[in-house]
Amino acid sequence: MNNIIVYLEIEDGIVGDVSLELLTKGRTLADQLKCKLEAVAAGYQLDRIGGQVFPYGVDTLYLADDKRLAPYTTLPHTSLLVTLFKEEKPQIALMGATSIGRDLGPRVSSALFSGLTADCTSLEIGTYEDKKQGKVYENLLYQIRPAFGGNIVATIVNPDCRPQMATVREGVMKKEIRDAKFVGKTKKLEVAKYVSDTDFVLEVIERHIEKSKVNLKAAPIIVSGGYGMGSAENFKMLYDLAAVLGGEVGASRAAVDSGMAEHERQIGQTGTTVRPKLYIACGISGQIQHIAGMQESAMIIAINNDPHAPINHIADYVITGTVEDVIPKMIQYYKKNSK
Amino acid sequence: MSFNIVVLAKQVPDTRNVGKDAMKADGTVNRAALPAIYNPEDLNALEQALRLKSKIEGATVYVLTMGPARAAEIIRESMYRGADGGYLLSGREFAGSDTLATSYALACAIRKMGKVDIIICGRQAIDGDTAQVGPQVAEKLGLPQITYAEEIIDCSDNKIIVKRRLERGVEVVKGSLPMVVTVNGSAAPCRPRHAKLTLKYKHAATPTEKQESGSDYTDLYSSHPYLNITEWGVNDIEHDIQWLGLSGSPTKVKQIESVVFTAKESKRMNASDVEIENLMKELIANHTIG
Repeated sequence: MNNIIVYLEIEDGIVGDVSLELLTKGRTLADQLKCKLEAVAAGYQLDRIGGQVFPYGVDTLYLADDKRLAPYTTLPHTSLLVTLFKEEKPQIALMGATSIGRDLGPRVSSALFSGLTADCTSLEIGTYEDKKQGKVYENLLYQIRPAFGGNIVATIVNPDCRPQMATVREGVMKKEIRDAKFVGKTKKLEVAKYVSDTDFVLEVIERHIEKSKVNLKAAPIIVSGGYGMGSAENFKMLYDLAAVLGGEVGASRAAVDSGMAEHERQIGQTGTTVRPKLYIACGISGQIQHIAGMQESAMIIAINNDPHAPINHIADYVITGTVEDVIPKMIQYYKKNSK
Repeated sequence: MSFNIVVLAKQVPDTRNVGKDAMKADGTVNRAALPAIYNPEDLNALEQALRLKSKIEGATVYVLTMGPARAAEIIRESMYRGADGGYLLSGREFAGSDTLATSYALACAIRKMGKVDIIICGRQAIDGDTAQVGPQVAEKLGLPQITYAEEIIDCSDNKIIVKRRLERGVEVVKGSLPMVVTVNGSAAPCRPRHAKLTLKYKHAATPTEKQESGSDYTDLYSSHPYLNITEWGVNDIEHDIQWLGLSGSPTKVKQIESVVFTAKESKRMNASDVEIENLMKELIANHTIG
């Protein structure tokens, strides 16, 4: 009772990174609140889920194993969570801010009348004073998220309704194993008690999920391009530089929107959050929403022909010049000096 | 056979093009400095609705929006593009609504609209980016939902087939109507239909707007009933007041801060060969690269 529950996203029997990141955060919050960390997996053939999540400190794992629960569809997973939450009364429920979590979360929150905050960038525990009612709430979940296109950061609380629900994007929280040998309890749920036959109204006719080709989160060096790259042709230079340095190519939202780069390369509030040891920003002006996703990089080099570009304020090195000029030179002098 | 399509749309401040005066000195948002626009993904939703209308005989498209009096602008904009009309849900009782209270109010209004076959809305609005209202309206109405829709492949014989765009792939799903569909920004945009019917619907107005304009167009509106935009207040919908506005909102805003990044001491250089070579040598020497 009154524990923290994380909903696990599963694809081909593998728990998604976003869920493992939430377990890591959930473990810290559970320690602070002195409650248990629990996880719920809904799908088919879930025998290997426990081994993947227990090292993150999961005290209880609920398994809803049924052929009809995979792949994910809205209503059966909603019914499962709504009934489980009514029984277990968790104080906090966390999900990925993904096409699954953002489909499921609102539905569950509406059914339970519990508040949900989407796309949180930080979760903390703290107090809240309702001055109008003269009430003080202890140990609430602060759900911290950007709003208004990233121009403000709001701290949201759910004083009265439980669970306090939040979604978090992949890559925002860090993933960290607590104890590789730890094994928690497994509770198998009798699916028929939670899900009704009438929930299976949607038929998945076709499904193509590709393994992500781009791994921005793990890349030590990221060469990132913005609208200032000018063309898809110019963007290719970034791949050359990234290949030479052993890095990955990222992009700003403007570059993605204009078709110069794929969506999975997007860095920023609406893309991936990265913390590489070197971030080279090429032709990126530095809108707040981009900076929020890369400001924790250990070193930042900004290449821009505008000496007053906002990105320059947070860069360690500012090169004023055109990308067509600078990038080939970087490749040339790296090759010359690295051997 | 009638086929009733409802589009949920929102008028939002344009947060994508935020200028220097968008934030006030006290860190709050200066709404006056941000132009009010039709939420982009709701335009994608409208386009999907209009495509269905052109394929299904007897189909109608009505837009429902909740907001202040001026939000009627987006209903007119929808009519210019081919919607049959719209409903504005407005009143101070709705103020302070979070996504759940908004969804409750919209669901009450949809019930009042009568038989609805499909409800289409944008995946999310650019002022909050929550993507919650679509699924929550569906839950309140007890309807199934298909989110992240990119294309409505087929809609006939009470069945709908939709292609969804997911992070790392696509999915095609089939379900029965009535259904709530939320549309992705990657779906067909609404541009081609822009402003075709501007002249016809220029004078479309809500009762409040007619009153405020002060001019007497009574004859115009009785001879052209399609120019009347329906305006509903709290008393026009069947509701329980505790689920509206602030009391219907479980989430509370504790604090708002404007975003300020701490500036670093940066080393400035130009694009000369010497400078770039020195930089690369330095990065290799301190093991950042190589």
